[in-house]
Amino acid sequence: MSASTSVNSLEATRGRTYWVLADVWNIVRRGLTHYQRQPINIAWQLGFPILSVLLYGYVFGSAMQVPGGGDYKDFLMPGMFVMTMAFGFINTATLVVYDATKGVIDRFRSMPMASAAVVAGRGVTDLLVACAELAIMMLTALAMGWRPDGGFGFLAAFGLLLWLRFALIWIGVWLGLIVPNPEAAGGLFAVAFPLTMISSIFVAPQLMPDWLGHVAAWNPISSTAAATRDLFGTPVGGGDSWVEQHALLMACAWPVILTAVFLPLAVRRFQKLSR
Amino acid sequence: MTIDGYAVHAEALEKRYGEKRALDGFDLAVREGTVHGLLGPNGAGKTTAVRILSTLVRLDGGRAEVAGLDVASRAREVRARIGLTGQYAAVDEVLTGRQNLEMFGRLFHLGGRRAKARAVELLEQFDLTDAADKGVGKYSGGMRRRLDLAASMILAPAVLFLDEPTTGLDPRSRGEVWDSVRELVAGGTTVLLTTQYLEEADRLASRITVIDQGRAIADDTPDGLKGRIGGDRIEVVVAERADIPQVVKVVARVSDGEPEAEEGELRVHAPVVDRVSALTEVARTLQDEGVRVEDIGLRRPSLDDVFLRLTGHRTETETEEAAA
Repeated sequence: MSASTSVNSLEATRGRTYWVLADVWNIVRRGLTHYQRQPINIAWQLGFPILSVLLYGYVFGSAMQVPGGGDYKDFLMPGMFVMTMAFGFINTATLVVYDATKGVIDRFRSMPMASAAVVAGRGVTDLLVACAELAIMMLTALAMGWRPDGGFGFLAAFGLLLWLRFALIWIGVWLGLIVPNPEAAGGLFAVAFPLTMISSIFVAPQLMPDWLGHVAAWNPISSTAAATRDLFGTPVGGGDSWVEQHALLMACAWPVILTAVFLPLAVRRFQKLSR
Repeated sequence: MTIDGYAVHAEALEKRYGEKRALDGFDLAVREGTVHGLLGPNGAGKTTAVRILSTLVRLDGGRAEVAGLDVASRAREVRARIGLTGQYAAVDEVLTGRQNLEMFGRLFHLGGRRAKARAVELLEQFDLTDAADKGVGKYSGGMRRRLDLAASMILAPAVLFLDEPTTGLDPRSRGEVWDSVRELVAGGTTVLLTTQYLEEADRLASRITVIDQGRAIADDTPDGLKGRIGGDRIEVVVAERADIPQVVKVVARVSDGEPEAEEGELRVHAPVVDRVSALTEVARTLQDEGVRVEDIGLRRPSLDDVFLRLTGHRTETETEEAAA
C-alpha cells in the first residue's frame, strides 16, 4: 500500500489541470510511439497523399480545365490538401474503434486519469500527424512546380486546413465509437470518397450539372479549398454563388458548425460507454 | 483498511439493458486478502457485475463499495485502488512491454522517473525482463497474460479484478499465472476471480459465489459447495462385467442411497456417510468373495457437479470457446 499513498502525495503536489494536461500528453506520446514503432504506417499514411498529388497532378492535370483560365495545378493542390484532411477522420475512427474493441479504452477508463484525455489525446495526435502530412504534400507539390505565395497567407491557409481537420476529429471519434469493428471503419472510405468528390476539390462546381454544382459548392470542404486557393495567392476557379464568394468566412464557419454538432455527439457516445 | 473487513461489498445490485435484467438483486461480499471466485454460465451477469464494481458501468440500483469506497460517488478514488485484467481491459499491442508499463505508470500519475523504475520492477517480478523491449504483438499467450497482470499491479491495488486469467494457456503458463496470483494475495491484494474453469476456482479461491440470471444463487467455500450436493461416493471398478451384480449387492450394504452401476465402464458407485469404514468394509468383503477389483476409492463431487445441480446446466466452457 506504500505505493498508493505516495502516489497520492505526488498527485497532491500538482493541480488538477496539470494532471489533465499530463494525461493528454501521455496519450499523445502513446500515439506518436505507435508511428515510431510501425514506420510502415507513416509510409502508408504519407504515401497516399503523395501518390494522390502525383497521380491527379500528372494524369488528370493535362486534361482538366479551370473555368476563367489558370493553371490546374494551382486549382488541384489546395484541393489535395483538403482531401487529405477530409480523409483523416477515417484514421481517427479506425484508431478509436481499435482501442474501444480491444479493451484499451476500458483500461484507461478504469484508471484514475482524466477520461477526457483519452479523446483529447487522440485529437492532438491526429493534428500533429496532419501537420506532417501537409508538410510532405506541400513539398511534393513544390517539387512539381506549384508556386504559392509565401508569408501570412500561406500560414493562414495551413491553419485553415488544420481547422477543418480539427472539426473532423469529432466525426471520427463519434464514428469510431459507433462502428462495431476496425474492418467496418475501413468501410467508411466508401462513404468518404463520393463525399469528397462532390466538392470543388478536383473540379469547379460550375462545370457540374446545376443541381450537383450547388451541392458541391455547399460542401464544407469546398469552402476550405476555395479559401486556401485565395490565401496561397492562386485564386483560380472560384464561382459566383454566395457560398463561393464568401469562401474564407465559410471555411472558418463550417468547422465551427461541424464541431458544434459532432463534439457533443462524440462526448455523449463516450459517456454512453458507462451505460 | 475497510471498516467491515470486506474489500468488495455489493448489495442488491440492479442493472437493466432494455428489457433484460443483467443483474437482478446481486449480492457479493469479498473478504480482504482472499481470492474470491465468481462463477456462472455465459450471460449470467458476471461481466456486468465486474464492470460495475470497477466503475466502468453505472448501476441502476443497489449499492456497492470497493476498498471501502462507494463506486458510484467516489469512482475516481476507487480507480486508484483497483486493477483490472482480462477481457475487461487490455494492454497496447503495438508498444513494447516496457513502454506499456511506463505509459500506464505515468497515467497513474507516478511521474516519469518513478514510472520507469516501477516498470523495471514489474518486468522483473513477472519474469518479462528478457522480452521487455519486444512488441506485445509478438508475446506468447502466457507472457501477454503476465504483462496484463503487471499492468494491473502498478499501484499495488487493494482489489484486483481478474478475468479468466488462464483461458487458452498451456499447463505450464497456467501454473505460472496461478503462482503470480498467489504471490499478489500474499502481498495483501484481494482478488475477485471470474472464470469458467471450475478447477481454477477450486485451486485459487477460498470462497465462491455462483451467479445465475443476475443473482447470487450460492456463496460458500469450494468444499462447502461440494458438500451441499451430497457427500462423498464410494466407487468400485471391476475387471469382469459378470461381477457387477455382486459388487452392487456389497456396496448397497454400506450405502445410504441407491448404488448405480455403469456397466460399460465396469463401475459401481454409491453415496456413503461413514466414509472410511465403508471403504474398508467393501474392500475386505470383495477380497473375501474373490472379486477382482481394478480400482476402489472415495470420490468427492466436483465443482462441475455442483454447478450442474445449482443451475441446471453445465458450465458452458465448450460452447463459449466454439463461439469465440
